[in-house]
Amino acid sequence: MDIELILKVYPYFLKAAVITVELSVLTIVLGLICGALGAASRLSRFAILRFIGAAYVSFFRGTPALIQLFLLYFGGPQIGIQLDAFQAGVIGLGVNIGAYMTETMRGAIVAVDRGQTEAARTLGLSKAQAFRKVTLPQALRLMIRPLGVNINAQIKGTALVSAISVVELTYTAQRYIGSTYKPFEMFFLAGVLYLIIITAVGKGVSFLDRKVRIQ
Amino acid sequence: MTETKSFVEIRHAQKSYGTLEVLKDISLNVERGQIVAIIGPSGSGKSTLLRAINDLDPLTGGEVWLDGVQVNKNLPHNQYEKHINQMRQDIGMVFQHFNLFPHLSVRDNVTMAPKLLKKISDKEADKLAEEQLDHVGMLERIDYYPAQLSGGQKQRVAIARALAMKPKLMLFDEATSALDPELVEEVNLVMKKLAQEHMTMIIVTHEMDFAASVCDRVLFMDKGVVVEEGPPEQVFKNPTQERTRNFLRKHLEGAK
Repeated sequence: MDIELILKVYPYFLKAAVITVELSVLTIVLGLICGALGAASRLSRFAILRFIGAAYVSFFRGTPALIQLFLLYFGGPQIGIQLDAFQAGVIGLGVNIGAYMTETMRGAIVAVDRGQTEAARTLGLSKAQAFRKVTLPQALRLMIRPLGVNINAQIKGTALVSAISVVELTYTAQRYIGSTYKPFEMFFLAGVLYLIIITAVGKGVSFLDRKVRIQ
Repeated sequence: MTETKSFVEIRHAQKSYGTLEVLKDISLNVERGQIVAIIGPSGSGKSTLLRAINDLDPLTGGEVWLDGVQVNKNLPHNQYEKHINQMRQDIGMVFQHFNLFPHLSVRDNVTMAPKLLKKISDKEADKLAEEQLDHVGMLERIDYYPAQLSGGQKQRVAIARALAMKPKLMLFDEATSALDPELVEEVNLVMKKLAQEHMTMIIVTHEMDFAASVCDRVLFMDKGVVVEEGPPEQVFKNPTQERTRNFLRKHLEGAK
């Protein structure tokens, strides 16, 4: 392994890692918003919203994220959607992970025992109050770990946007291979940086989970 | 509006799921301060009847009245929600599986609803929690969480939580059925205390001895109808109906 080369190029990889982190943060925030809206639709008492929620989940989980990304970035201009690569990456991946997060959040909400809502309603709380005070706080605790799994997948999933030439970690590794002909070193370095990011996030999720766990 | 005479009136309660009729034309009057036990085999409809009183399981026919107000009024959706939320504040309920809020401390379990619905201050809420928990002998556990309590303790807290809303009527849905035998007594004692304080109570139970010792009246239900009704000494000692006798005999054998 060419350590000298790694030491020479790693500052550029660090810069690229920052882009990967930015992409991750933005897509995860967008994903959480889409997930919350999606879960609310899936659990709505209005059939039309339930249908929209289900269609959203089935489309974005049922097709490859890469196809969704290409559709948005390359196909978008044809129907009047002009986005640069970074924007397309954030929106494409964010909406995609939102579909998975929809199911995670919905699952956590329905996993809260029905007796909880009954007890709250019996005391005189409205449906909304019972949700806010009783169901949601318990569901939030239940969803931290599975959302952590979604987030982990999403960070790794940002590598996909290298295919639409966003200069993040994977793209950077590929570019340096083009000039150095050292794929092992370049992918190894990129891999280590992904591992550091994901380990840090994983620790954060575990910490949060421990903090809010119900005794 | 029809005039009501009794504190709680159930008139011609009927409920079906599709073609399955689980309550068949049941009427029941309970006076203020009275304690009524509903007994019967599982599937008899006794829990369904109880849960119809606060509209957790809405009736498909018939009326429920509390203190001169119809509980299951026919109103447009939004108005009905407001009405029923108001009515439920007056009807406390205790569940077989306690249904305490696991994310809240014992104190917050008791004060959450009064704080939210009656807008009482934190200071008043603390006083209320202390009073109610003292009443059920759980004051020393005020800062515990439900998971740190035994089943009997959980149920006593659940009773305190219901009482904190100052209900006019208390419903008990097999409050001791999920408890280990040695924990039943502490919950029964709390219920007896409420009886002495003249709380109006409707109790679905499997415990005949308890029903006999505290209730003014016993209803024996089977297959969606009230088979027999009367003071406990009559229903337990001299049941007039064959079905009641069979049930009580089986129950006695089961207890031995």
